[in-house]
Amino acid sequence: MNDAQTPAKLPSALSLGFSRAGIELRQYWRQRDAVVFTFGYPIIMMLIFGSVFKGDISGTHVPYQQYYAAGLAATGTMAVAFQGVAIGIATDRTDKTIKRLRGLPMPPISYFLGKILQATAVGLAQTSLLLAVAGLFFGLHLPSSPARWATLVWVFVLGLATCAVLGIALGGLVRDGRSASAVVFPPFLVLQFISGVFFPLGQIGPVLRDIGSVFPLKWMCQGIRSVFLPDSFQAQEPSGSWQHPLTALILGGWIVAGTVLALRTFRWRGKYDG
Amino acid sequence: MADGETDIRVRGLVKQYQGIRAVDGIDLDVRRGETFALLGPNGAGKTTTVEILEGYRERDGGEVGVLGHDPQEADRRWRTRIGIVMQESSDIYELTVDEIVRHFAGYFPAPRDPLEVIELVGLGEQRRSRTTALSGGQRRRLDVALGLVGGPELLFLDEPTTGFDPEARRRFWELLRGLKRDGTTILLTTHYLDEAEQLADRVAVMSRGRIVALDAPDRLGGRQGASARVGWNEPGDGARSVETDQPTRLIAQLAERLGGEVPGLTVVRPTLEDVYLRLIGEQG
Repeated sequence: MNDAQTPAKLPSALSLGFSRAGIELRQYWRQRDAVVFTFGYPIIMMLIFGSVFKGDISGTHVPYQQYYAAGLAATGTMAVAFQGVAIGIATDRTDKTIKRLRGLPMPPISYFLGKILQATAVGLAQTSLLLAVAGLFFGLHLPSSPARWATLVWVFVLGLATCAVLGIALGGLVRDGRSASAVVFPPFLVLQFISGVFFPLGQIGPVLRDIGSVFPLKWMCQGIRSVFLPDSFQAQEPSGSWQHPLTALILGGWIVAGTVLALRTFRWRGKYDG
Repeated sequence: MADGETDIRVRGLVKQYQGIRAVDGIDLDVRRGETFALLGPNGAGKTTTVEILEGYRERDGGEVGVLGHDPQEADRRWRTRIGIVMQESSDIYELTVDEIVRHFAGYFPAPRDPLEVIELVGLGEQRRSRTTALSGGQRRRLDVALGLVGGPELLFLDEPTTGFDPEARRRFWELLRGLKRDGTTILLTTHYLDEAEQLADRVAVMSRGRIVALDAPDRLGGRQGASARVGWNEPGDGARSVETDQPTRLIAQLAERLGGEVPGLTVVRPTLEDVYLRLIGEQG
């Protein structure tokens, strides 16, 4: 029996967020089949594209393989943080995970913290593995200066945060976990083609390029390219530069917009809760 | 805590969906330490009522107090004092019994020992099994373990034994009796009349959003005063039965007339099921 007169201290929202992330990571890892395709996606793509498309991008000394490595690092982060979080939340609502959690003395923020921390852990592991594969087989070099390391860190952190809050917002809109992948995947796939993941932006028509420039993935790709490709490659970017300040501004703007949207769209109740 | 304290107090509770009253003005008191059963057909408003008490849903009218607080306004501290066992769900995959019970203990400031709770619900041997490997009954007992691990004063159970085989149901009942002995207040919804009869101190029958009867299971609907049906084998005439308000007197007469033992003697009062079907039938 609890003694209402001398209540024990409630666990903090942060520690419960870590606890959520821990349990979700275990669940994630143990779904072997899903891990192969979600965690392995950018690595599999790297191995395929890296083996098929060899040679340098025309007018540069940059191999296609290194271009893909940067694009796939950004895409992998988005797959984990945006697609993973959105589908995860929609599924949690349909299978009543969210309902069960609401019945516990848990502050709601811990649930979202858990999702973000889990995505961070998976994204970090995935990006490291991808860069290691690209380094071993396709001649990618680690960042050559502390400044480039710093760029990698802020682009990864801002990009992941952007994708995670947008994932939470979309996960709030999708009412049925069973249709979540169908809703999330096609726009994400289209975005990959117009954000410079697979083709240099100069090869994409200006209209599609402009559309791509509205969304975060283009900026994440370009930011990661600035870490791994030589500065001379800036000539291939449509703007002629890495656009670091604009990248930070746009990703920051998406974080604010995504947070507002998430707060407005998120519902604890689902379509089948009666 | 004072004796006879009320853990749940409901007055004039109303909940509507699209203008239809799913809960239509009910009153309810559940005393501390009591096991209280809500019976009723599907759509009677049982789950809606329980979910309002659990703080899942907002009411449209009336007063509700659960452990002295309005569940609609309740905070984390209040949630540490209640345990919820929802209707069956398909969450919690890829984890072992041990892992998930320990994880749930972590949400509470003063949880029970997870191992002890796992033993209590009879899942000691399945501790290291994945939840997906559990049978339906084991899975349900895991749900109860998750509802108990916070050490609740008040436990809500929504149709806890749906889909159990008879033996699993008996074992489950033993578990709930043990909780009651330890002083836990239990509010239970069920389709099963024998379950209510076995476990509950008092039963409320709901039909179309109203409580149509509320009493101890052996008194429900005037059951204890109802006439009894006495049956026997009349020598040379076969089975006979008579409905009477004075069964003892009839049997004494029979004994005298037949010279001692009455062949095939039975005395039957209306079962809870008879009373229940009459109660919900009157409404329909």
